[in-house]
Amino acid sequence: MSVVTNTTTIGAIEAPSRRNTELLMLAFAVAIPVFAYANVGLAKDGSLPAGMLGYGVGLSLLAGIAHLMMRKFARYADPLMLPIATLLNGLGLVLIWRLDQEPAITTAALGGPMAAKQLMWSTVGVALFLGVLLVLKDHRVLQRYTYISMVVALVLLILPMFFPARFGARIWITIPGLGSLQPGEFAKIIIAIFFAGYLMVKRDALALASRRFMGMYLPRGRDLGPIIAIWALSLMILVFETDLGTSLLFFGLFVIMLYVATERTSWVVFGLTLSAVGAVTVASFAGHVQGRVNDWLNPLATKCVNGECGLVTETAQSMFSFGSGGLFGSGLGQGYSRFIGGIAPKSDYILATVGEELGLTGLMAIILLYGLLIERGIRTALAARDPFGKLLAIGLSGAFALQVFVVAGGVTGLIPLTGMTMPFIAQGGSSVIANWALVAILLRISDTARRPAPAPAPSPDAEMTQVVRP
Amino acid sequence: MNKPLRRVAIFCGILVLALLVRVNWVQFVQGDKLKNHGDNRRVLVERYAHPRGDIIVDGKAVTGSVEAKNGDLKYKRTYKDGAMWSPVTGFASQVYGATQLEKIHDGILSGTDDRLFFDRTLALFSNEEKKGGNVVTTLNGDAQRAAYEGLKGKKGAVAALDPKTGKILALASTPSYDPSKIAGMGDADAWKQLDKKVNPDDISLNRALRQTYPPGSTFKVVTAAAALEHGKVSNIDDPTDTPLPWTLPDTRTELKNEGDIPCKNATLRVALQWSCNTVFGKLGVDVGKDAMKETAEKFGFNSEQFTPVRSNASVWPKKLDRPQTALSSIGQFETAATPLQMAMVTAAIANDGKLMTPYMVDKLTDPNLDVVKQTDPTEMSQPLSADNAQKVQQLMETVVKEGTGKRAQIDGVTVGGKTGTAQHGVNNEGNPYAWFISYAKTDKGSPVAVAVVVEDSEAARGDISGGGLAAPIAKNVMKAVLDRAK
Repeated sequence: MSVVTNTTTIGAIEAPSRRNTELLMLAFAVAIPVFAYANVGLAKDGSLPAGMLGYGVGLSLLAGIAHLMMRKFARYADPLMLPIATLLNGLGLVLIWRLDQEPAITTAALGGPMAAKQLMWSTVGVALFLGVLLVLKDHRVLQRYTYISMVVALVLLILPMFFPARFGARIWITIPGLGSLQPGEFAKIIIAIFFAGYLMVKRDALALASRRFMGMYLPRGRDLGPIIAIWALSLMILVFETDLGTSLLFFGLFVIMLYVATERTSWVVFGLTLSAVGAVTVASFAGHVQGRVNDWLNPLATKCVNGECGLVTETAQSMFSFGSGGLFGSGLGQGYSRFIGGIAPKSDYILATVGEELGLTGLMAIILLYGLLIERGIRTALAARDPFGKLLAIGLSGAFALQVFVVAGGVTGLIPLTGMTMPFIAQGGSSVIANWALVAILLRISDTARRPAPAPAPSPDAEMTQVVRP
Repeated sequence: MNKPLRRVAIFCGILVLALLVRVNWVQFVQGDKLKNHGDNRRVLVERYAHPRGDIIVDGKAVTGSVEAKNGDLKYKRTYKDGAMWSPVTGFASQVYGATQLEKIHDGILSGTDDRLFFDRTLALFSNEEKKGGNVVTTLNGDAQRAAYEGLKGKKGAVAALDPKTGKILALASTPSYDPSKIAGMGDADAWKQLDKKVNPDDISLNRALRQTYPPGSTFKVVTAAAALEHGKVSNIDDPTDTPLPWTLPDTRTELKNEGDIPCKNATLRVALQWSCNTVFGKLGVDVGKDAMKETAEKFGFNSEQFTPVRSNASVWPKKLDRPQTALSSIGQFETAATPLQMAMVTAAIANDGKLMTPYMVDKLTDPNLDVVKQTDPTEMSQPLSADNAQKVQQLMETVVKEGTGKRAQIDGVTVGGKTGTAQHGVNNEGNPYAWFISYAKTDKGSPVAVAVVVEDSEAARGDISGGGLAAPIAKNVMKAVLDRAK
């Protein structure tokens, strides 16, 4: 009965911090990518890659420092999130490095090799992760910035409209000399903060002040305003930035948080109706969206460019990658996902490389890792003691889950493809930085939730009572 | 708030589950289909990752593999005397796929065939380079060269068979293409030449198997066989009851002979020697369209042959009235035959009535030349009895000895043959097709039967006849086979 000892001894009522579990998991999370890295080198050149030691040391350092900071500043936080994020990030780096070995898709015009740059961005991401843990001592502080968050999120979402489209979508802003970034990735976090703050205040009004109509609770007109505004915004993103994914992500995130805040199913029905109306309207006149839907319905159809027909599309190429991988894959470094062409195999289609080289087994493992990370996030929401924390945690986890679903579903042909990146794995600085920040906030909430309640302060009244007694 | 949270958790779980189901569907259920899809470049990469097995004639490879200089496919196909052999080999191109033997036996040649599983596994353990198996053909290099040289500069085709077994000995078609020129990357210009619209010569057409021509007078041997088989003639030296001039039944049109030849009540021997249209036209009507059809189909008309390369079906028309039956019986109207078909007719007659199934793949071997599959000769049908076959042989031998086929005579060997000149085009404006079919016979039976067609010749119309243009080619092919046998 040793399990019970913790709770029976009243003096030491401290939940286990689980930091040692985390350390053990981190060891695996570093070892697996290093092993994968060696695997690529052996497959490609028959020798261990030269950068292996540097990569191993670098990844260990990042993970080690993050772990030490966790011990110091988020002692009670969830033990699985950091290892999972490290593993995914580490594997992503290996996959990008592996694709860098294909000269056909690593030309100067396509930006050359990207693994080193991605490692730098990952370092920045971990630094931001540490920064968040250091600065944000209590997640409830974020509640103060509800309306500032709204403004910042709006600006971030609208900015890309003024920059030229890249790869068919206007989701980038370009800063001369610094490169470009995808503000949508950061907006995802900031808008979750806004929703959490806003809904915490309004939840009662939204939940209770509604009329019953045909068995459903309909919201009042004035409560509808902000919701319609969000809906209109996400449609605008879709139309002007031709970005199906971001639009879907934001509206989905909003519906989830609204549902959790009000506990009213009617909001879900209402939200789904709105998004269905929006999607059908936009799809009926936006050629970009129609093209994506056609690719989805006929993934293997060939295309014609400049009169030359019978060309294989990216969609078909990625399906061939998945199919050729089979159950166990070709092995790292031995697949042909480069046929997808351009920069896509490193960014949007990176899962195709996973599917081909690690097989169904590897792809399912990766999806389960994402699933586990999402589950830990939702568990954090359940454990959080304050409504703001609950809402923020479910918002961040929900956004993460939707993004994973939209990207992985798009690449595997489950739903039409949208231009978003696979968190942690895909090439792209904004994505990796933003997702490290997201994990940091979740860990902070989790730390607060699992932290043992401070021992009650000695009550001065108790002394008084004793004195008065004769 | 925990109740909706749990529901959201379930929702997220469903999303993840949906992804898992989807990847199982794509990678497991649909995996093989996607893996082997025609547009999947990995199929090509795998096919050309190792030297391809060879197509072998007379114990020597007519194909080869070299490492390609450009592109991501390692090996490229090469051909020796590509233009001469392309009607047999077809091509295997990194860009444009494969045809004929290269396609039909791709599994053996590329080494992916299940029958080579053991060799693959062995190669895996012994660390040898993976190789494909070989396709050993029945062709005779000398006969093929004689046919190809004879056709040079002309448009035409030759098919030669071993009557006793059905082995294809020669299969030539001109003008032809060299498959080496379209085997690799950057061969788009050469590839365009294969398009009939770009090059009207239609060099990719395998005339020996895929082009049907009106067989003209060469079809008269089929009519003769049918007449004997269905009892309309029993003695080839008895006069037939044929008036001259003879009008087509149910019409007032007179069926003409070529020139003033002795066709009135001519015997079958004389009629074939002089190629009398009247005699064979009337004979066809007497035999009747159904009996004619029966014999023609036994010779292989109206069905495709798989050698294993497919040949087009030759045609004995389906619907005929009596005058059309007469015209069809002399190889006009809608009657059409591939050179292979006429070679089969000749071979069946030379083999005493037994038609052997024509084939061009003797055996398939693994990379170590052990036999994976051996083709055994099979009898396809017996269009006529041995007795009647010998009668038709006598007729055809007379044609070569004393008639229109004198140019096919070979010293010391019995040769039987038949010339043919078929008109085509509106009002017969096109240049006629010159046909010649023949067989050679020694005391050990007949080792070769050959059909030659030369189309659209540059020569003046009057000079064209089967005897003049086509017979010398047939003679050289037969000689090549006979010389080899000595």
